[in-house]
Amino acid sequence: MRYLLLAYSDEGVWTDPNELDAYRLESVALTHDLHANGQYLGAAPLHPVATATSVRVRDGKRLVTDGPFAETSEQLGGFFLIDAANLDEAIAIAARIPGARKGTVEIRPVVELPGLPQLN
Amino acid sequence: MPTDPLLRLDEVYRTESRRAFATLVRLLGDFDLAEECLHDAFAVAVEQWPRDGVPENPRAWLVSTARFKAIDALRRRAKFAASLAFVATRLAGSREPISDDEFEDDRLRLIFTCCHPAIAPSTQIALTLREVCGLSTEDIASAFLTAPATIAQRIVRGKAKIRAAKIPYQVPSLADLPERIDSVLAVVYLVFNEGYSASSGHSLTRTDLTEEAIRLGRLLVELLPDAEVLGLLALMLLTESRRPARASSTGDLVLLEEQDRSLWNREQIAEGRALVARAVASPPIGAYAIQAAIAALHAEAATAAETNWGRIVAWYDLQLRADPSPVVELNRAVAIALLDGPAAGLDAIESLLNRGELADYHLAHAAHADLCRRLGRFDEARDSYRSALARTQQEPERRFLERRLREVSGQ
Repeated sequence: MRYLLLAYSDEGVWTDPNELDAYRLESVALTHDLHANGQYLGAAPLHPVATATSVRVRDGKRLVTDGPFAETSEQLGGFFLIDAANLDEAIAIAARIPGARKGTVEIRPVVELPGLPQLN
Repeated sequence: MPTDPLLRLDEVYRTESRRAFATLVRLLGDFDLAEECLHDAFAVAVEQWPRDGVPENPRAWLVSTARFKAIDALRRRAKFAASLAFVATRLAGSREPISDDEFEDDRLRLIFTCCHPAIAPSTQIALTLREVCGLSTEDIASAFLTAPATIAQRIVRGKAKIRAAKIPYQVPSLADLPERIDSVLAVVYLVFNEGYSASSGHSLTRTDLTEEAIRLGRLLVELLPDAEVLGLLALMLLTESRRPARASSTGDLVLLEEQDRSLWNREQIAEGRALVARAVASPPIGAYAIQAAIAALHAEAATAAETNWGRIVAWYDLQLRADPSPVVELNRAVAIALLDGPAAGLDAIESLLNRGELADYHLAHAAHADLCRRLGRFDEARDSYRSALARTQQEPERRFLERRLREVSGQ
């Protein structure tokens, strides 16, 4: 079963670039571990929320604005898409994401919609 | 007039249905399907048992019958969803549990699933009471002074969460057990408390809930005999041992100091004390073990006057170091009053009330009233008894407080 793991943290706590690099290296190592177990489906850090753009379509009109959809105290910093047997397995993986030590990892079970394109 | 087999069926329904349910949840992988098929199995029993006699192992018969009903149901639904045909086939081929141990394992799986940390605490309680203890939504609602619709919604959401997020139906691994057992202990204790001192309604206790909580406590001790688990079972047994003395024949509250100790259940006390000894011997001990140790000191005293309040205060001191909560402070203040006199306890309680944390807790006002009463400060006692009355809906407690209020109003 697929789960999307969303890593949130207060961008303000990432002041030390060496620390950020170390966390990223750890995340990469985690992806390889997961891949070896057949659990890895994708992952990436995201550029800071200042680079975000929001798009809404209302009454046929496209509205584009600068910034995230909402101002929050913690922002989305990265994601992992995994395949795990159950929630406990997903929780164990989420706890290994380095960002979990600085912020929060939200686990969302993915709805398996039939009829989506197959990726290799 | 019900015939023998139907009386037996009624008994089986009351005593065995939750065990059968727990096993069916494992076999079928779905709470609602398990409930439905168990219901169907009972319907079959109503027809068959009077005709063919009561089966030798009713619980196993129920699981077996429910399983076949499930296979039929899944095959019918498989017309609309191919995946269900697979489940039906796998179900037809799976082995049924035969031993009592396997049934008990399934009950543990069910408790841990209902108390999973991914489920909100209020939902954990509702789910446990409904799915593990078999209480109706109405009973749960009245126990917690909530609307039945709210409880029903919580249960529906809880099951949806279990299904959608795929919370596994298993007892946690040994490594995860310490972290996971806390919420289970908390829920079991809540169930016990609800049974021992019902929040509303006319009866002081609900023995079905206390019995269920103690049964769950025993299961947990078998699984993980650490100090807190031992402590909780001890606390429940020692508290329960006083039940026969707690209410008068008219259903009125009898205070601990006035209880007829010859009515206390000596077997439960002996078991409770032995568990306390085991808990204290395997540190670190926590809140449950400490409360159990205090309950044991009460149980050991032949009369109220012989109670070792000094040791009780020492236990509260220890508990406060680990858990500096206002309720523990209140209990300690009451013990101080009994050790050093009402004036000493009153100071502690007044400063607690002034801090505001216990403003809505009826027992804080009742304790304050009692100490004022003992010191002859009747005006203050009256005010506090009124404050306490305004904060409790439990009939026997209200009658007791009203009686005290009359006493200090010179009537």
